[in-house]
Amino acid sequence: MTDTRLPAPFGRGIDRTRTIAFSFEGKTYTGHPGDTVATALAANGVRVISRSFKYRRPRGLFSLGGFDANTLVQVGPEPNVPADRLPLVEGLPPISPQNTDGPVARDPGAVMGLFSRFLPVGFYYRTFFRPLGAWARFEKIIRTRAGLGRIDPKSPPPPHVRTRHLFCDVAIVGGGPTGIAAALAAASNGADVILVEAEPVLGGFARAMPADAFPTLAADIAHLDAANIRVLSGAVAQGLFSDGFLTAESRTDLFKIRSSTVVLATGVAEQPIVFRNNDLPGVMTAGTVRRLLHVHGIRPGTRAVVCTADDSGWDAAADLRAAGVTVEMVADLRAAAGEATATARAALSAVPFRFSTAPYEALSQGGGLYGAPLSAVRLCGFDANATVGTVTEPIACDLLVVSGGSAPMAQLAAHAGARLTPDPDRGFVISDLRSQIFLAGSVDGRTAPDTATADGAHVGAIAAKSALAAVPPTGTVRDGAVKAVPDRPPVTARTAHPFPVVRHPAGKAFVDTDEDLVIEDVENAVEDGFAHPELLKRWSTLGMGPGQGRQTTLMGLRILAAKRGMAPAALGPTTVRPPFTGERFQALAGEGFHPHRTSPMHHRHEALGAQQMVAGLWHRPAWYGPDRDKAIAEEVAAVRGACGLIDVSTLGKLEVRGPDAARFLDRAYAGAHTAQPVGRCRYALLLDVGGNVGDDGVVARLADDHFYVTGTTGQSDATYRLLVWLNANWGLDVDITAVTGAYAAVSLAGPRARRVLRAAGTDLDLSPANFPHLGAREGTVAGIPARLLRVGFVGELGWEIHVPADQGTALWDALVIAGRAEGIRPAGVEAQRILRLEKGHVIVGQDTDGLTHPDEAGLGWAVAKKKPFYWGKAAVDFRRAEGLRHILFGFRLKDPAAAPPPESCLVVEDGRDVGRVTSAATSVACGGVVGLATLPADWPKAGRAFSIRLPDGTLSPAEMIAMPAYDPDGARLEPEPAEAPEAKP
Amino acid sequence: MKLIPCPLNGPRPVGEFACLGPAKPMPADDAAPEAWADFAYAEDNPAGPILEWWLHVPSGTMFVAERDTVTDTMIRTLWPADFRAAGGRP
Repeated sequence: MTDTRLPAPFGRGIDRTRTIAFSFEGKTYTGHPGDTVATALAANGVRVISRSFKYRRPRGLFSLGGFDANTLVQVGPEPNVPADRLPLVEGLPPISPQNTDGPVARDPGAVMGLFSRFLPVGFYYRTFFRPLGAWARFEKIIRTRAGLGRIDPKSPPPPHVRTRHLFCDVAIVGGGPTGIAAALAAASNGADVILVEAEPVLGGFARAMPADAFPTLAADIAHLDAANIRVLSGAVAQGLFSDGFLTAESRTDLFKIRSSTVVLATGVAEQPIVFRNNDLPGVMTAGTVRRLLHVHGIRPGTRAVVCTADDSGWDAAADLRAAGVTVEMVADLRAAAGEATATARAALSAVPFRFSTAPYEALSQGGGLYGAPLSAVRLCGFDANATVGTVTEPIACDLLVVSGGSAPMAQLAAHAGARLTPDPDRGFVISDLRSQIFLAGSVDGRTAPDTATADGAHVGAIAAKSALAAVPPTGTVRDGAVKAVPDRPPVTARTAHPFPVVRHPAGKAFVDTDEDLVIEDVENAVEDGFAHPELLKRWSTLGMGPGQGRQTTLMGLRILAAKRGMAPAALGPTTVRPPFTGERFQALAGEGFHPHRTSPMHHRHEALGAQQMVAGLWHRPAWYGPDRDKAIAEEVAAVRGACGLIDVSTLGKLEVRGPDAARFLDRAYAGAHTAQPVGRCRYALLLDVGGNVGDDGVVARLADDHFYVTGTTGQSDATYRLLVWLNANWGLDVDITAVTGAYAAVSLAGPRARRVLRAAGTDLDLSPANFPHLGAREGTVAGIPARLLRVGFVGELGWEIHVPADQGTALWDALVIAGRAEGIRPAGVEAQRILRLEKGHVIVGQDTDGLTHPDEAGLGWAVAKKKPFYWGKAAVDFRRAEGLRHILFGFRLKDPAAAPPPESCLVVEDGRDVGRVTSAATSVACGGVVGLATLPADWPKAGRAFSIRLPDGTLSPAEMIAMPAYDPDGARLEPEPAEAPEAKP
Repeated sequence: MKLIPCPLNGPRPVGEFACLGPAKPMPADDAAPEAWADFAYAEDNPAGPILEWWLHVPSGTMFVAERDTVTDTMIRTLWPADFRAAGGRP
């Protein structure tokens, strides 16, 4: 085991007094608090962490920021964890590498590299589409090989990720010097501030620099707490949505942040250089090297070559020298140095350096088929046109530091609609920012480290000013006493090299290491015709790996533009969408809230052993008791023979009040309601604008200007919205209130319903003369104020009794007690469905669909003939004149002992389907299976025979029957017609 | 999540609202079926400002909002009476 730790002042971010053990590939290693798993492995001399996705090439640390797939590892049951983002803590599960068939350093799967020329871009699309079925055979093999991690379905579910909603004036993304300065400036101007940082520790790029580069940083960080700034560290900002809605995800929390303004101090992403074998372990970015040195105190190699297109490579070379690493050569792609810092130059006086020089190829030794880390590099002459000149002899090294310039981390700005235009100086220029979103620091071209703080202070103050000027919805505008805003430092971003792509006849120059794409892959895709950035991305998968194009999009665009002879700016980047980086499903799933509604009598149903069924959000009793068929049969028999009690609290309920209430209902509903007498119910049929059946229920007129309207359970919200919208258009003097949850309701039905109701006690006259069928009354039942609607949905004498929701249980109990002597029995939805089917009553949404004309559903009688207008009338009349194709009609199976056909079984005639079953049930009262089916409109003759195709393909003979099949004369609705009116007390 | 300026409740998250489509004059009661079909199914789908019906569901507040479909910004809101007075319903 190699000890690569450096003494202080290197390793400012680790606590050397404590040691943490962890397991990788079955071996135990140690690191310190402050390490990530990736850096702890590096400290132990482990150079190969993973294998590449396609060719199984060895991979090691490269960006150290979660920007590449190189460090993805399996952590216990969790796959695809970026090891460079995973803090080293006590008790980590065993960690294993991904995409390997053996030890990661000696993976037999590396044989894939030999086949690379047979695996061009679009390989799967080109190869497996024929013969038919080929994909099915190859998919399993390919999916197994293509890897990434493995999910263990048997592992216990991971802990919930909490969803936390946070509110503030200014949200700042990026906890580097710029973001910290912006937070302090915003707070000092009176704003409530949240600061989001992806790393567990604040400091950003300053952490990768010597401590004396930012002498005030520690004090500024300490000051955040005193300024009441909420710091969310270790939380990746995943998306910036409309109106500044920001999400951030940590290992434990999903933050949803609502702020008035957002400051993006997200910095830049280092860009790689494309050359042969640029993916070998030992090749890493300048920022990675500097972080390993200064934060973790790790010597990344012993002999280094630096290849850079900007000043950061020079800084890294200086730091390496200070750490005792031999720097063999600094090669700069540019013709002359940029603004390399004076200290870097001074420290580098003894190091050989060359301008107009690029890495030609990285070399490795001794790995054979498996591949091995870097052992040497050959350099070459290079100019602004990316022409390769003289190639040098190999220079032995175990560390190759690369820097191809930088590109702004503009993803969040792009989520919010900003345009990113490729720019030779700044990578991308960000334009069209939404109002209330601000950029600060290097993401906006202020790349000079010494201006980071000043720019943050400027933008933070502006953001606070803008946030506090916004008028809050309630309360007073806070006067933040906005202080003078300091001046903004100038843009300092300069072009690195416009095309840091070094061609090699033997290839293997990787543009995208996540997806194993080389220069030729991109160019071939262009030749195949995928010459637009969006097409190129999808055909080649460029930038679609875990790094999400942070180090590949710009390079891919440059190669595409060069191939087409255009400027990159003419092409523009592909659309950037959330999330910023991989999201875990448990974060998106949250804690699993499943809203549901229960009736006020729900606990009574539970006590009675009800089996619940779900209808929309509602839980409703399907039947009572453990034995389904027995329970349903008994419930049906109780309603037909004695009295049943059905909870109908889930019905949609509306109050319609006002001088224009009757007129409004006349215009909205298909029936006639102006002439409806007070104290009477009428069938309520609501159509849509296309003349289709939308909802049905009962309209009860309680007073001249007051109607109580019910509807189906599932349509209650849609009906309310339609009615409110209609009146928003019409402007009638009417008030519509949804009261579904405010009333509990039961349907008390059966030949003994009147006796039960009387026994429960009511102040209403229930005699047939004074409370006839379709009567509506307000009174009391068992002392509870109630609305009673005498309706016959199940075809027996019965009342719907509506009471305030908090009295529902009292009503239920009173009726159950009063009905004991009469044989009352609670009945569920299944029994109700059989009872209404025997009567041929339609259930909207089951026997109708979104294209059912009322005539087709047999509801033409409910459409007023003489009204000049109702909602959907134009379409109803038009379609009626055109001729209707189907009609809903009753049927009976010829075999009385057959099981009912499932809903939607087809009706077939001469081998063609001509209709379908919408409802069917075994009916004791009708002596067999009866149902409703949509049938051809030219068929409607009772007695016509037809066939229903069952799910097993057999045909079941059936015949059309007139509905209602049960009690066609409606005699059961009034079993005691001779009863005299009650004497009023 | 987008904020919608409810004229009764102030800015609220879009999840509390239902959009009921473009707001436009309704045909006359006795208009031809073609006019009703046009009203129901044909939308201009403009790139730019559009009037739309919005319902704040928890409070049952129906209003008309002008929204720019290019920038997805809310420009102003109208009460239904003002929309009708402005010719929403001739």
